[in-house]
Amino acid sequence: MEPEAAKLIGAGIACIALAGAGIGIGTIFGNYLAGALRNPSAAQSQFPNLLLGFALAEATGLFGLVVALILLFVL
Amino acid sequence: MASSGHNGDNHGAGSFPADPMHQFEIKRLIDIDIGGLDISFTNSSLFMFIAVAIISLTTIFSVRKNSIVPNRLQSIVEMSYEFVADMVRQNVGSQGKNYFPFIFTIFMFVLFLNMLGMIPYGFTVTSHIAVTFAMAMLIFIGVTIIGFLKHGLGFFGFFVPKGVPIFMLPLLVIIEVISYFTRPISLSVRLFANMMAGHTMLKVFSGFVILMGFLGGWLPLAVMVAFTGLEILIAFLQAYVFAILTCIYLNDALHMH
Repeated sequence: MEPEAAKLIGAGIACIALAGAGIGIGTIFGNYLAGALRNPSAAQSQFPNLLLGFALAEATGLFGLVVALILLFVL
Repeated sequence: MASSGHNGDNHGAGSFPADPMHQFEIKRLIDIDIGGLDISFTNSSLFMFIAVAIISLTTIFSVRKNSIVPNRLQSIVEMSYEFVADMVRQNVGSQGKNYFPFIFTIFMFVLFLNMLGMIPYGFTVTSHIAVTFAMAMLIFIGVTIIGFLKHGLGFFGFFVPKGVPIFMLPLLVIIEVISYFTRPISLSVRLFANMMAGHTMLKVFSGFVILMGFLGGWLPLAVMVAFTGLEILIAFLQAYVFAILTCIYLNDALHMH
């Protein structure tokens, strides 16, 4: 296989990490919504934790994207 | 980014109207070279100066004429102060008061750099790993020094989790040490990757607007408007996360679990 082709395939595979980020963000927002509907008075105090969890989950997916970009543009 | 020379080669990006990586290019505005050390004044430094100037000027001028009923500028500054003060109080506790100026500086600096990047033709300083890694490394080393000053050699006890069976301990200590040393990497890559991915995505969609022409281009344009709103949210959120993780690391160093 040509190295250039392998690079492109690798970059594509690295983007699978975004699926995990999607699952994670969905879990966080879904569980927050479920909890907030059960106990609306406690929802506001947990909003910072929601944002923190969202950012942490999104970041893991973006690590995969960084790997893809490194494969495409740096290597 | 090493992408500037990649326009014409076989990536297939040559036909695309907007090179998504071009916006991250660092341009030298004033060449400064001291003994082989390149410390040129670049567009990156320019935007850092603008951010620092805006933050300092607004905070200084807004509290010059203090009033009990604040005017608009004063209330913005008071709100941001309260926001960060609450964050430090909740995550570090009363001992965190000493470190409030540092957290406030970090938060405002990252927030303004992110927001300046959202202005058209602006440059996103935080989309470079060099900048974010330097900040994360500064936080990491500073926090570690605080931990050792506070607890002495007892700070090594941070790596030994409590209440685990003795035969599991060697493995867990190794994992704790590794996870401690990946903190600056994850902290810097999170900010850098979010900023770079977001701006690349905006640029790719702006390319779609041009490619699809006058009739079809309205759909990606609408998506782009929505994404711009999302990016402004992300710009704030990443500054918030950067500051709150600094608080959490500081809390670990001060209170050790």
